[in-house]
Formats: sequence, structure tokens, C-alpha cells
Amino acid sequence: MSTSAARVSLVALLAWLMLSSSARVQGATFGASDRQDFAQIERGRYLTRVADCVACHAGADGTPFAGGRPIETPFGMLRASNITPDGATGIGTWSDAQFDAAIRGGRMPDGSRVYPAMPYPYYTKMSRNDVLAIRAYLNTVPPAHHEVMSNQLPFPYKMRSLMAVWDALYFKEGEFREDASKSPEWNRGAYLVEGPGHCGACHTPKTSLGGDELKHAYQGYALQGWFAPDITDSEDVGLGRWSPTDIVEYLKGGHNKYSAASGPMGEEVVDSSSRWTEADLQAIAEYLKGLPAQREASRPLAGGDPVMTAGAAIYWDACSACHKADGSGVPYLFPDIAHAPSVASREPTTLIRVVLQGAETAATDEEPTGPQMPAFGWQLTDAQVAAVVTYIRNSWSHAAPPVSEREVRAARTSLALDR
Amino acid sequence: MTTKLPAKDVVIIGLGWTGSILAHELTEAGLDVIAIERGPWRNTATNFAPNYAQDELRYRIRHELFLQPAQTTFTFRNKMDQNALPIRSWGAFMPPNGVGGGGVHWNAETWRFLPSDFVLRTHLTQRYGAKFLPQDMSIQDWGVSYDDLEPHYDRFEYLCGTSGTAGNLNGQIQPGGNPFEGPRSRPYPTPAQQQPFSHALFGKAAAELGYKPFPQPSGNLSQAYTNPLNVRMGPCTYCGFCEWFGCGNYSKASPQTTLLPVLMRKANFEARDLCEVTRINTDSTGKRATGVTFVDASGNEYEQPADLVILSAFTIFNVQLLLLSKIGTPYDPLSNKGVVGRNFTHQTISDVESFFDKSKFNFNPFIASGAIGMCIDEFNGDNFDHGPHGFVGGGYMGQVQTGGRPIQTTPVPPGTPRWGAKWKDAVRDNYLSALKPGTGVHGSMYSYRDVYMDLDPTYRDRFNRPLARITMDFHDNEIKQNAFLTDKFAEVFHAMGAQQVHKIYRKAPYDVTEYQTTHLCGGAIMGTDPKTSAVNRYSQSWDVPNLFVMGASNFPQNAGYNPTGTLAALAFWSAQAIRSRYLKNPGPLVHA
Repeated sequence: MSTSAARVSLVALLAWLMLSSSARVQGATFGASDRQDFAQIERGRYLTRVADCVACHAGADGTPFAGGRPIETPFGMLRASNITPDGATGIGTWSDAQFDAAIRGGRMPDGSRVYPAMPYPYYTKMSRNDVLAIRAYLNTVPPAHHEVMSNQLPFPYKMRSLMAVWDALYFKEGEFREDASKSPEWNRGAYLVEGPGHCGACHTPKTSLGGDELKHAYQGYALQGWFAPDITDSEDVGLGRWSPTDIVEYLKGGHNKYSAASGPMGEEVVDSSSRWTEADLQAIAEYLKGLPAQREASRPLAGGDPVMTAGAAIYWDACSACHKADGSGVPYLFPDIAHAPSVASREPTTLIRVVLQGAETAATDEEPTGPQMPAFGWQLTDAQVAAVVTYIRNSWSHAAPPVSEREVRAARTSLALDR
Repeated sequence: MTTKLPAKDVVIIGLGWTGSILAHELTEAGLDVIAIERGPWRNTATNFAPNYAQDELRYRIRHELFLQPAQTTFTFRNKMDQNALPIRSWGAFMPPNGVGGGGVHWNAETWRFLPSDFVLRTHLTQRYGAKFLPQDMSIQDWGVSYDDLEPHYDRFEYLCGTSGTAGNLNGQIQPGGNPFEGPRSRPYPTPAQQQPFSHALFGKAAAELGYKPFPQPSGNLSQAYTNPLNVRMGPCTYCGFCEWFGCGNYSKASPQTTLLPVLMRKANFEARDLCEVTRINTDSTGKRATGVTFVDASGNEYEQPADLVILSAFTIFNVQLLLLSKIGTPYDPLSNKGVVGRNFTHQTISDVESFFDKSKFNFNPFIASGAIGMCIDEFNGDNFDHGPHGFVGGGYMGQVQTGGRPIQTTPVPPGTPRWGAKWKDAVRDNYLSALKPGTGVHGSMYSYRDVYMDLDPTYRDRFNRPLARITMDFHDNEIKQNAFLTDKFAEVFHAMGAQQVHKIYRKAPYDVTEYQTTHLCGGAIMGTDPKTSAVNRYSQSWDVPNLFVMGASNFPQNAGYNPTGTLAALAFWSAQAIRSRYLKNPGPLVHA
């Protein structure tokens, strides 16, 4: 770099520093937190991981918490807001009470409603102390001057006032209350799953208005082209066969002897649960193992069914090299699809998608391999994909309704895949 | 215009096996490392998925995983008085390209060299006298011993999960293993692969002839394996598509399946693919490397400064880059002076095709893996008395047939027409009951004064740089060795019950159009004397101490084994010296 170029960039740097510091002085209040309260900030940093704020609030360029990432909802697109302490475009001028009202009450500082793409219906279960710890941590991240137009929904959903109706229907404000009849671990697990972990945001079925169907809590839901599987104790489609250790390994490493995290869950593992404490993961496992399963009596298709015969032949040719003839795979490397419960999920969304498009699995410090499933969409017809998926969902321990060619075609269209 | 990039601690040229090993070791030491790779990024599910990896036309015939000669090539001649011409389609060997390098397409035959191979000139001179060696044979001792390398062979085998049966555990000869191997400190990490029928039959016949057959050490794993970096591999499916192919099942050891998943997670590592290093830069003294210059796919030129340069490209390109960068004295065969380009070697491969009674033998030859096979080592190195035979060197031999791929596995008995209905009938009649091991006799090639590499005076590459020129021919010693070994090999197939055995000897002149192996060695050899070696016993350049040269280009001559185990052990050995000694006191690790 020449001397003059170096001087120019030094001037630019000084100007930027002056501008940004003056903006801080004039605009930002940082709430009430003490920016050297190490214990609170550390707790907030951890809870920010658990709540996985960065998953949505990352900047388009990857700047943490700068906002702008598009969130696809059934009602249109939203963009996550800037939650850095920037005074003009972030949350720097918010008071702690305003921050708490947004996180746990779904109210913006101007009194308008937050869209529930922001999981305040779950965060409402958090304690005020935990929310303020998150705030204290967010106060320490570099302020990013980044204007985000959050509300990009079409009419009528763009009218935030409508959310008053939604809140009345689906939002039950209020902190988590411990169940004294259960162990402290169970209570911690319940708090994490129902509150900051907001597992139900994906895993609980939704009404047509996007509210939780609480009587089917954690029984699985299709979103963003994936099916977030049942995480109740169901033997057939949930975590019934998994030991608490299996659950901990999955959340920590992204892999266990049955299954591998990919898609949005892969992101969750990498960004969030791989960094939770062992004690919290154990607590979550204990809570999930206690979630009551709803038995759905599916009977497997008969082996002589022509679709099953075709599916078996395709399985043998295309799948058995890795997943083995008996579906058992290789522990921690190739999922055991004979026993992975999500295989027989109520909706075959994930299985179809993974066969068509392939999938990357989570790579973590515990499990750095990150094996990938190759794509078969270029090779198999819709009918062939339907046959092999039907076969897998009705073999070994599984039973599920057949998958139609039409479902595969629809998935192919939505994934914009050619054949 | 050249863009100067921020300086790094280390720049690595070529991200194959040795580049990946050094990148891992040096990032573990806390250094900031960048690797620059001429070819593309490659990973299992995208680039060699099991639903299309087994495509013989695409990969074997059309060479998809390899460097394309249109990008760069080399020139070849047999003799110094000939004009070399550029190679426009690969033949005798296959220059790799892309992340993973030769580690993607290899068979994964994971051998150790014999202890005597490392002290070859001393050993042979002591046993047979100096006059027994041909006058123009330029073999040398390596400057490093088997015992030096044992812990590093071990590290590589445990990184890869190598499947095999130990023959010598801490000096104790073990049943079922290779009794000639040097002592190993512990067993192979996984048991040997199951042997298909023809391979097992070879082992049985060899034992009946009094030999000690053993399973070839294999990087196609007999069972699932988790390596010391916690990277997981799957069991081999015996699909028979290893050599020339990437493995879709995570079951062949490669940088992708053993090291890269961990390496790519490191904040102090960066890889640039599709970037070709055009020279290693040195300061005004010529004794210190300052980094490298490279060109990206858009034609933009960059300078990457670095304190330490690791040259870990394929043999030919290591030597070419040293010559182009004017590092080390170029070898001159007339004066026998200079070092860069000398002792260039390949391999002496031959084969036997055998035909069995199809009503009694069905070998199902497609059930195989790249490193499958039963071998004998009685005729390797100096495992037998060469005195009566008038040659030195040798090789392992075995039924190591790696598959029954449809295009090239068409053995027909001698005398069959080469096309037409009779040829088709013969292919059909013999496919299941004929054997063709591929590299059945895996002989050494020793070094000679007139076999070498230099820069071509005529032909240039796309950057107007001279192409590398290879001058190579077989000498009588190798031809005699091959005739002796091929005859011994054929005896085993007779003992197996073959009705016809067709010996295909390796003959002079060296033919650059017919595939042998990709085991090019030498040209930047290691040794104890800067007058006859380019690098010291730690693979450190004698001339530029902050440059280390990796790979088979270090071998002073080639032994009768596949080179990967040894070049990987040398990489770990060199990395240990850099970490434990060089970084504390950068400078020459050996004072000549």
C-alpha cells in the first residue's frame, strides 16, 4: 500500500470513529446495564446462544445481530430487525423496560405489535432477569448502522394492528412456573424448551393463522420445505427409542447412532445447541422424554404392493451402499433409517427433499465429519422417488401412508429442481 | 498488475495429501496458513457421489479427476539426443489436480518401504560390492531411516484407518502378515479386508509354493472407523471403483475423508482453489523465500507473502517450480553436477493374464477394492539374494485386481481376434473366469544418470513458462528384474489352476503412452550432501531454508511399493521437525 493511500484510509478511519462515537453519545442509552458486569453479560451471551437470536438477526453480510435476514412465513416475508446497540437503526435507545416488553410481551416501544415470527410467545416464559442479561450482552456487541425494513408483508397482514387479534387468540403472556412435583432438571429442561429454546416454534403444529395447536404440542410441523419432526416420546415417529444420551449427542454434535441434523436443525445445532452446557442438554433430554406421545395407528403397506417392490429395487441400487441393506447405516456417519423416527413422520416433506436435493449434515467440534447425502433428483423420476420413499417409510420398524408422485412433483417444483 | 495480499505465516502450494498434512500440523502449531491449489474444490457428495462415481467412461477413459493437458503438460523423450514432444493425453501416469490431489483417485495401497530401502547404496554395496551396481546407476541413501519414520508411518495409518495384518510387531514376526516388513509399533488400526475368491486363491497357491502371502495394506476400510481427529469413515462396499475414481462411501482414505473436515473448521486456515502458483519468490540473496506469486481463474495475479513456503504439488510440478523459481542448482547429466531434476524415477510394472476353466471358476471380478489383494514380498527390495541374477531391486507381486469394470476388463486369450464376433464371444466366455491384476508385479525403478527432469527449451505453458521435460528410459537392470519377477509371478497362477497364463513383460523403451502407475519419484531428492540432493533429511531446501519440499519428489530412487505411505510419513516427519525445531530457530536444520 502506498503512503498516500495509507493516509487517506487513516483519515477515513478517524472520521468513522468520530462519527460513530458521537452517534453513541447522542443516541444510545444502552438501557440500564453495566457494560462491565461480567457475570450478567456472560449469562446473557449464553442465553443469546440458547435463544439462537443470531439465526434470524444476522446481517445480510454476516454481521452478527445487524438484521436483514429474510424470514419466510406463510403470510409473506419479514426481515429480522437490527438488534445491535446502534442508536439510530438498532435498539440502542431502548430502555430495559421497552426491550423486555418486546421480548416477552410482543410490543414495540411505540406500542405497536411484534409479528410472531419473532418467538415472543415462547420468550414470554423467560424470566425478566434472563431477558435483561440478553440485553446486557447485546449492549456489548459493536453497533451496526443498518436500516432494516422489517415489515414486508402484503396487505392485509402488513397492518400490525391485526396482531392484536392474533395475540388474543394465541398469545398467553406469562413467565414459566416451576412444577414442584418434578425434579429441578426437568424444570430446567421445560424452561429451556418452552422458553428461550423455543422448540415449539418449529416442532409444534400451527393453525391456519400460524398459532400453536397446543393439544398437538411438539408433534411436528412442516415449514420452509422441511418437516420438523415429532419430538415427543413417540416410539414410532418421535424420540421414544432415543435414550437421553442419544438426545444429548444429537443436540451437541448433530449426530447420534440413529440420525443426523441437516437443514434448519443442522443450523440450529451449529449455531446454538452445540454450544449449550452438558447439564442443560441433559435437562432438555429429561423434559423431552417426558412429553406424552400421541399414537397414530398406521399399518405398513404390504410387501407385495407393486410400489413397495419398485421401491425395494431402487433402495437396493441407490441407497444400500451407505444405509445398508437392512437400513441400519453406520453410526454417526450414515443415519440408521430403519430406526430413525423422523423417517415415518406424518408428512414426508424432509425425506422427499433429501432424496431429491441431498443434504449437508451438521459439522461440529464433537462430530467434525459433516457427511453429506448426495442428490438423487437428477437421476430418479418423480414416480421412482415416490416409490423409494414409500418403501423406506414402510420397511423395518416403520409404517406410513404411501407417498404420491404428485407430492414429489410439488416438492421438486418448490425446490426449483430440474430433471 | 500484481495484488499483494496480507502476509501469512505459511503458504502451501498444492492441497493434496502432503499439503493437507502440513496444513493440519502447522495450524495446530498456531500458525496462520493458506493453501493454494491449482484445481477445484472437491467433496464426496458433490463430486463423487455413489450414484455416479462408478462411471468408467467419465473417470477412467476421459480422466475427469485429473489435470487436463490443455491447462499444462510436460514434454517427454527417452534419450538425451532426442527432441522431447509435449504430451497431449495422459498415458504412463496421471497428473492429479484439485483439492485432495492424488489422494482422491488413488487405490489406497498403503505400504511402508523396507528398512534397507532407506540405506540402499550402503546396503547393496556391503552385500554385493560396489562393482555389482551398474556404473551409471545413481542410487543414494535417503539420510533418513526406517526407524526415524516408523512413528510417522504409524500416524498416517491411524489417520487413514488402514486395514491390514501386521507381519512384524516390535520385532516379532506375526502369522498372516508380511514377514519382510520393518518392525511396526502396533497393529494396523483395522483388520485386513475380506479377500474375494481369486485373491484368496492366489494366497492359497502362493502358500503352497512356500511363500508367505499376506493381505495388501488397504486404505479402503474393512469396517467403520473413527480416526484420532474424530473424523468418521464408513466400511468399503467392494464396488471396485477406486483407482481413477473418488469414493462415494467415505470409505477410502483421502484428505477429504480424514483431514479436511477438521482443517476447514480452523480459523487460522484458508484454502484458495483454482489458483496456480507461478513461482516461489526469493529475496535479493536468493537464500530466503518471501512467498509465492499465483494467478486465479480470472487471470488476476497475486503475491502471497509468507515466512515459510511448503511446496507440496505433484512430483513433476514440484521440480518444475523449483527450476522456474531458480531455487537450487539445475541438474546437468553431462557434468553430473547440480541437484534439481536428478534421480527422477517411476516404477517397473508388469502383469500376467490368466485364463481358467469357466465351468470350474467364477471369480466375480467386479467384487473388489482398490487395495484388495493377496501379495507376496519374497522378491521385493533385497529380500532375496540377487547375486546369481545380475540385477538389483524387486517388487511385491500379488493378485491385486481392483475390479471388473466393463470397458477395460476384457481379457481374452492370446490369439483371439481384436474385434468382431469372435472377440465378443471370447470376452463373454472369459469375463468371469479370467484374471488380470493390473499392477501384478510392482517393481522398483532405480535412478540413473541419464534419467532426469529439466526445463524444455522449446515448449511453453499459458504463462509463457517453459514446460517440464522428462528424459526417461528403462535400463537393463530393471528389464532383467522384471523378467525374473514376472516369471515367478506367473508360476503362482499356474499353481492356482490356470489353463493359460500370458506373461506381459515390461520392456524397453519406456512407453509414455501406456499406463503403469502414477508413482513418479525424485527430482528434488533428499540426502546428506547438498551436492547430490536438493533437500536435507527433513525435506528442507539446502539453498532456501524457509522452503520445505514434500512428496515423492524427495525419493532418491523408487522402491518396489506404492509411494503414498512413505511420502505421508515423510510429511509428518518433516512437520515434526518444523514444529519442534525450525519454528524455535528458523534456519537450516542440518549444517552440511
